Amino acid sequence: MPRQKNRAAATHGSEAPPAAKSPSATPELTRREALGALAGTSGLLLLACGGRPPERGPVDGYDWNGHRWGYAIDVDKCIGCGSCQRACRSENNVPDGYHRTWVERYRVTLKGDLHVDVATGSDHVFATVEGEVSRAFFVPKMCNHCSGSVCTKVCPVGASFHTRDGVVLVDHDHCIGCGYCVQACPYGCRYIDPRIHMADKCTWCYHRITRPRADGTRQDPACVECCPVKARIFGDLKDPKSRLSLLLKRRTYRVLRPALGTEPNCYYHGLKREVL
Amino acid sequence: MDYIFPNEANVTWTVMIVLYPYITGLVAGAFIVSSLYHVFGREELRPVARFSLVSAFVFLLFAPLPLLVHLGQPQRAFNIMITPHFTSAMSGFGYIYTAYLLLVAAEIWFVLRQDFVQRARGRGPVALLCRALLLFDLDDSPARRKADHKVVRVLAGIGIPLACLLHGYVGFLFGSLKANPWWSTSLMFVIFIFSAIVSGLAVLIFHYFVISKARHWKVDHDCVQSLARYLWGFMIVAISLEMLEVLSIVYKQTEEAQILVRLIHERLMISYVVLQFLVFSLIPLLLLAIVSLWRLRPRPMYALTWTAAVMLLGQVLLMRWNVVIGGQLLSKSFHGYTSYVPGLWEKEGLVTAAVIFTLPFGVLWIFDKIVPLFPDVEARTSSSP
Repeated sequence: MPRQKNRAAATHGSEAPPAAKSPSATPELTRREALGALAGTSGLLLLACGGRPPERGPVDGYDWNGHRWGYAIDVDKCIGCGSCQRACRSENNVPDGYHRTWVERYRVTLKGDLHVDVATGSDHVFATVEGEVSRAFFVPKMCNHCSGSVCTKVCPVGASFHTRDGVVLVDHDHCIGCGYCVQACPYGCRYIDPRIHMADKCTWCYHRITRPRADGTRQDPACVECCPVKARIFGDLKDPKSRLSLLLKRRTYRVLRPALGTEPNCYYHGLKREVL
Repeated sequence: MDYIFPNEANVTWTVMIVLYPYITGLVAGAFIVSSLYHVFGREELRPVARFSLVSAFVFLLFAPLPLLVHLGQPQRAFNIMITPHFTSAMSGFGYIYTAYLLLVAAEIWFVLRQDFVQRARGRGPVALLCRALLLFDLDDSPARRKADHKVVRVLAGIGIPLACLLHGYVGFLFGSLKANPWWSTSLMFVIFIFSAIVSGLAVLIFHYFVISKARHWKVDHDCVQSLARYLWGFMIVAISLEMLEVLSIVYKQTEEAQILVRLIHERLMISYVVLQFLVFSLIPLLLLAIVSLWRLRPRPMYALTWTAAVMLLGQVLLMRWNVVIGGQLLSKSFHGYTSYVPGLWEKEGLVTAAVIFTLPFGVLWIFDKIVPLFPDVEARTSSSP
């Protein structure tokens, strides 16, 4: 019995608004009608406030569903000139002491000892070193824009994200600067920009690749554009005829630390076993 | 060969991130004492039951402060809860933390209800405040007291898994990062739960003795003995887990083992091997074993227990340092180390850390002025001539 009483009270409660104005003229609302009206109004309200706007790409006139960008590096071609680093720094205003891309120099001595260093000075030219080596080579490094990226996974607010065209970016309107992504990246590609106190990294020059030149041709990232020996190749993996797609089919490429399951989109040709 | 990636010259997580899990861990004293007393009926812990809850609440209030100081964009801190990205372990922090804070607050409210009723019956602003806190319900009947006690029991019961979640979460934050072999172990979150319990019990013993000494109270022998035994038991588990972790790394001889052994040898020999294990673990282990296994006279027993508690507070702080900072010293190239010495006056420096760590103790002191934290002892002291 008490339950029935409560039900009656609840029904009565839902009748209150129309009764307040003119109880005799307005027919009484049943609970079903009141709930229906409430659901309808809430739905309309949700549509008005929370409805997702039609999704647009980040840049006008650019279809981000039409591409999947990738990057290849030919280790045997790299001469360690540092042009890529200089270009990246000037294109992207990289803070001093941090790197969006860098080139590692590997030297294996006659005894078999391994020495690795990077050119970190402002001119990005390697210091001259003495001693004989059995092998030496250069390995350019940068964000691998992994499909299974850990950095985007651990971002607590989703500020690090994947674009539809396969690029990992940081949204500086949402980054809280916790540094969790910096810890999570196994390749050491991220840093906290000391000027803005937010995470930053290579964007594959997203501002360039999404905006064609005046003649309609695609722009490459700055590091690719200025590489004098074409050791860096950028292209569209969705386009089977792109140079990158063709190269990946014809030659053997490896990725860095594949066991981690991060599925990098930066492919290396001629990667030696010593590479870290 | 020594080589670190060029972006690794500076450590990203500073002493603030050492302090955050440390303060969070101190909360666990309440969890364990409240569970043992309210849920499992260990009556001997009654003298510290209320204090443990209040101190936990205060530590909880300050636990996110070091995080806030560390964040590059602290004004966006609440975005972790407003726009969470659920694949991130960190996004759970806001919810787990808030849930536990509310639970402890509710538990305190029910525990302190009788005190508030007494005060609410008087006049003046304090009485009015107490009436407002009681939601103007001054019922003090035995039936109501019984009901309150029941609610506290239920809340303490809910608190057990929630506290495990809170302390385990902090460990998971580190343990889930596969990029860092020093952190990436499934044992990490269990280690954090147990080390939190150790530091929580230790800070409780520390406080109990200091306050009793300052106010010339006689400490409750049974309570101290019980706390010492629990501390001994939990520290054995915590230290065993910590040692098991190192042992499994060394024994498995994985790709990362070599660099981790080098990390311990070259960078963490003093802070990890000598201080954390040999000094701040072994000595308290022996002291608490003596306290727990032999019948000592009260004075030496209290001295040994207090010394062990203080040393274990140091041990857990060292453990936090060795995990948080130690893990970052290791380059992701696995072929080199960076270094970190916290500055004194910088934003995330030692002075800021000391201030943040002192604040909860200050607030606790103020809290004590408003509500008696040791009602049994105070009643006994005031009734004795």
